[in-house]
Amino acid sequence: MLRILWLVPALPLLGVIINGILALFFERPLLLRKYYEDLEKGVHEEDSHGHGAEDHPLFHHWYRQLVSITGPSVVGAAFFVALVCVLILVKRPPHERVFQLDLFTWIQSGEFRTAFSLYLDPLSSVMILVVTGVGFLIHVYSVGYMAHEKGYARYFVYLNLFTFAMLVLVLASNYLLLFVGWEAVGLCSYLLIGYWYEKKSASDAGKKAFIVNRVGDFGFALGMFLLFWTVGSLNFSEVFPKALEMWEAGTLTPAVATAITLLLFVGATGKSAQIPLYVWLPDAMEGPTPVSALIHAATMVTAGVYMVARSNVLYLMSPTTLTVVAVIGGATALFAATIGVAQNDMKRVLAYSTVSQLGYMFLACGVGAFTAGIFHLMTHAFFKALLFLGSGSVMHALAGELDIRKMGGLKKYMPVTFWTFFLATLAISGIPGFSGFFSKDEILWRAFSSPFGGKVFWLLGTVAAFVTAFYMFRMVFLAFFGETRLSPELKEHVHESPKVMTVPLMILAVLSVVGGFVGIPPILGGSNRFEHFLEPVFEKGAELVPAAPHHFSHSLELGLMVLAVLVAAAGIYLAYHFYMKKPELPGKVAEKYPVLYDVVANKYYVDEIYHAIVVYPVYRFSVFLWEVFDVLVVDGIVNGVGRVLLGTGQAVRRLQTGVVHTYAVSLLIGAVILVGYLIFG
Amino acid sequence: MDLQSILLSLKAIVPEMILTATGCLVLLYDLLIPEENRGVHAGISAVGVITALFSVLWFGSERIEAFSGMLAQDTFGSFFTVVVLVSLLLTLMLSRSYNDWEGIQKGEFYALLLFSSVGMLVMAKATDMMTIFLGLELLSIPIYVLVGFDRKRLSSVEGALKYFLLGAFATGFLLYGMALLYAATGATSLSGIAAFAGKENVFGNTLFLAGTALLFVGFGFKVSLVPFHMWTPDAYQGAPTPVTAFMSAGPKAAAFAAVIRVLVVAFPESHPFLLKGLWVVAALTMTVGNVSALVQDDVKRMLAYSSIAHAGYVLVGLVSGDRLGGQAAMYYLFVYSLMNIGAFAIVMLLSEGEERGYAIENFRGVGFRYPVLGALMTVFLVSLGGIPPTAGFVGKFYLFSAAVKKGLILLTVIGVLNSAASVYYYLRVVVYMYMLPERAEEVRPRPVGVGVALALFIATVGVIALGIFPKGLLSFAESSILSIFLS
Repeated sequence: MLRILWLVPALPLLGVIINGILALFFERPLLLRKYYEDLEKGVHEEDSHGHGAEDHPLFHHWYRQLVSITGPSVVGAAFFVALVCVLILVKRPPHERVFQLDLFTWIQSGEFRTAFSLYLDPLSSVMILVVTGVGFLIHVYSVGYMAHEKGYARYFVYLNLFTFAMLVLVLASNYLLLFVGWEAVGLCSYLLIGYWYEKKSASDAGKKAFIVNRVGDFGFALGMFLLFWTVGSLNFSEVFPKALEMWEAGTLTPAVATAITLLLFVGATGKSAQIPLYVWLPDAMEGPTPVSALIHAATMVTAGVYMVARSNVLYLMSPTTLTVVAVIGGATALFAATIGVAQNDMKRVLAYSTVSQLGYMFLACGVGAFTAGIFHLMTHAFFKALLFLGSGSVMHALAGELDIRKMGGLKKYMPVTFWTFFLATLAISGIPGFSGFFSKDEILWRAFSSPFGGKVFWLLGTVAAFVTAFYMFRMVFLAFFGETRLSPELKEHVHESPKVMTVPLMILAVLSVVGGFVGIPPILGGSNRFEHFLEPVFEKGAELVPAAPHHFSHSLELGLMVLAVLVAAAGIYLAYHFYMKKPELPGKVAEKYPVLYDVVANKYYVDEIYHAIVVYPVYRFSVFLWEVFDVLVVDGIVNGVGRVLLGTGQAVRRLQTGVVHTYAVSLLIGAVILVGYLIFG
Repeated sequence: MDLQSILLSLKAIVPEMILTATGCLVLLYDLLIPEENRGVHAGISAVGVITALFSVLWFGSERIEAFSGMLAQDTFGSFFTVVVLVSLLLTLMLSRSYNDWEGIQKGEFYALLLFSSVGMLVMAKATDMMTIFLGLELLSIPIYVLVGFDRKRLSSVEGALKYFLLGAFATGFLLYGMALLYAATGATSLSGIAAFAGKENVFGNTLFLAGTALLFVGFGFKVSLVPFHMWTPDAYQGAPTPVTAFMSAGPKAAAFAAVIRVLVVAFPESHPFLLKGLWVVAALTMTVGNVSALVQDDVKRMLAYSSIAHAGYVLVGLVSGDRLGGQAAMYYLFVYSLMNIGAFAIVMLLSEGEERGYAIENFRGVGFRYPVLGALMTVFLVSLGGIPPTAGFVGKFYLFSAAVKKGLILLTVIGVLNSAASVYYYLRVVVYMYMLPERAEEVRPRPVGVGVALALFIATVGVIALGIFPKGLLSFAESSILSIFLS
């Protein structure tokens, strides 16, 4: 029965095909016709949100209705199949909860074999449910959100394609296939960031995402080769047992394990936007909002966390790497949160918030608490998707306005958006009872108590939690509470979003509230079923974990929990104080510490620094290298040698014969070197 | 040689004979038809090529020592025969439309392509230095003419002249190398050289070493390895685009076939120095090719530099020096032909002729106006960049994992780094196509004819299918390389 697993990725692929046909054979001819009509009428292309042209027949063509059905329904069906598969898997005893479906052999040479095969275990179960479940809701939401877009079918092609690629990534049974998904989600992400390609900022952002991820993928590929070289396989079912064997036999040294895991982690920092490669994610918000919700918050960016958790056996072999992961995760969590404080664009605040929350997940992995990381991955998918979709709903109502300084009082205009957004804010701030509370608290406690953890990590996480509560409530207060600061025209325009958008919001709100109940820790009377469910995945690695040096008392755990709640409450109160009670305060603070404010508001000038110390030098360097080869080697050394060889008088002749002469001399020099090398070398 | 063995020998060169006959037929028929009908030659040639392909599939796996050991038909030769013939077929499909647009529709064009391919096939099958040389010259001379075929265009003539002058120079090296090897060993056949090397301590023999080095200079020129690559950008840019596409695929594969055969058969206990020398050349070739491609603003020239880099990747497989590396190199040469010809085909369609050039600016926004062409170009570029799930990825993975297995970690790191950097300039074209607004004056691609469409279809399906199901081609490459390893 589990063999139906192949349907999970296949259904979104079917969507790609159907929507692709519709995009190509219906949408494009219609768009072209409209384009030429507009040209004739002298109408300029309307703004990217396309208001004002909805009466065009293009927007009422039957193909749109069909796309609205096929786009979301394939993902919904995939969710259903995934649910069935997971339920079957859960029926099995815990240690037999692994299923591998071999579709066909992909690459085979000698003893090396890699198959296109799907791998279902508790870890990938969680991932496929999140990807298809949240993905389905976002697809539905998109039907409403993108209704006025010209490239409607094209959008769903990309979105379906992304879902397919992401499912390949999480269901892959080996690193190579995982890499296929890894690259493919990246490609979809660039396509979707640059969806409004007419906008220069959008295409620049697509480029940036692309280049930054190149650095990460380079690390990933090298890590993969090194792993293959050491262990001789890339299949999950072989790599981990074999690595453990070699570890015990001493043939896999800590140094090699560190190298492999660090290289893989470089890949993760690129995809999951961690220091120093996080810079692309905030700019990626140029894409349509549902895309931000799906790709840049709920799923793709968590691929790095998934990969690290999947490789837990390898990571636990190298305490050095774990420390690096934890430091980078913790630092990113705090660093990005502080940037979020001074941003005024709703989506940008959420983007930095995502970077920060991903930092939490890596912090968890770094202290060896992979379950906690995956738990937070799941709850974060719920509430962050909700926050993004909520901001999309606001954007929809305000004709694209995202500056929270120009909002205010939206509560009464958009009650559903407000309430769902508010619940998600409570969840991310770590208010007890909401999903984010359980997962974040688990991470903080493990950061404190794990043998790989330490008080510093706990402190980083807790301070970040304070900042998080502050910037989230700052946004809520500024956008939804108080007097409205909307311009008169916008006040006319503002409206609650249609049902097709608000219903997904409500479902996600429910999940944001109750999503944490699967992982209530024993200390609060729960049994942390989530952790037990994932246990078989991390069991092998657990053998590598040293025994905890201290035993911590329950009262300490409870005490820290209460402290975390107080810290969050303090953050909320501070936001209330600044933005509700004394709204003139923020301006004063900014005036008083202009340098500090400037630095934070400009995101610590990291983009500028990167440009100055990385982008520009690399560009200059490649131009330089090219010039060296072309100009120096050819015209300089070559001519010099040529002169020596052929006599100085020949230098004048060279000018007449052009470059052929110099080319020939270069050939000659190469030949001399090669002959000399072979004879005397 | 008795009649029996001559007949048997002829059986080894059936594809060559078919191509030669087709070439002659094209030349003769050219006299009979009016100028505007000359496109039909592409069709005639294609029929000939397809017939030749079938003949290879029919009895190409049988091993025949032909013409007293000058030439051999084996699976290895057949593999490269298929690579060359497929590249030739795709090129013919592109040429017909291109020659119409550029006003160079002539029968000689097709005849020269066919004759040049005969040279390639001879080179792939040659087991003697004499036949290698014969094949190389037969390959080169028609290509020199083809590069300058558009003789009214200055860049075409310039490229042809440069290529010809330097080619003649390089041929000199090659021939001198062969002469020295003959002087050292007293043999011209590869097996004779191997027998000599097995008996004597050749590594102290200066004549032998100098001969080997010069031989590789000649080969290095043909496959454009650094520092023998200088001619490549000029010749590639000047040549009519279908010829450029063909040059990057067919002759390169044929020359590599000869290199592999020489390495495996004549130097079975590969001189470690030789491999170390090739190591340096491979690293240099990848790096110089990619770095130079990074700063190009002309897509055709960018692809020319990229083809240098790709020769470097293939060389990585040879540096591995074992069966796996050779197999990976062969797989890569095949898929490289497909994706590169595909990319050149789109470049040819989307530009407005040689006069207007191939500046990357011309590609602004065309991805949305012409989504199919844009999507196909993306597939080819993604494959060239080695991103899964395309054939280019599988090929690179194979090459580098062969190197990793041999412990060539540093070379692999250099290769992967190069590959990562190369994605930048490939995808830069995609960025221009999809993420920048169109130019004010719209690019109107040339009408896509049946031949071009078919070529694009074959290339695309090949690139994707070989990426997902690489097994068949890999085992073909495996049995091919075994056929010379064991003989």
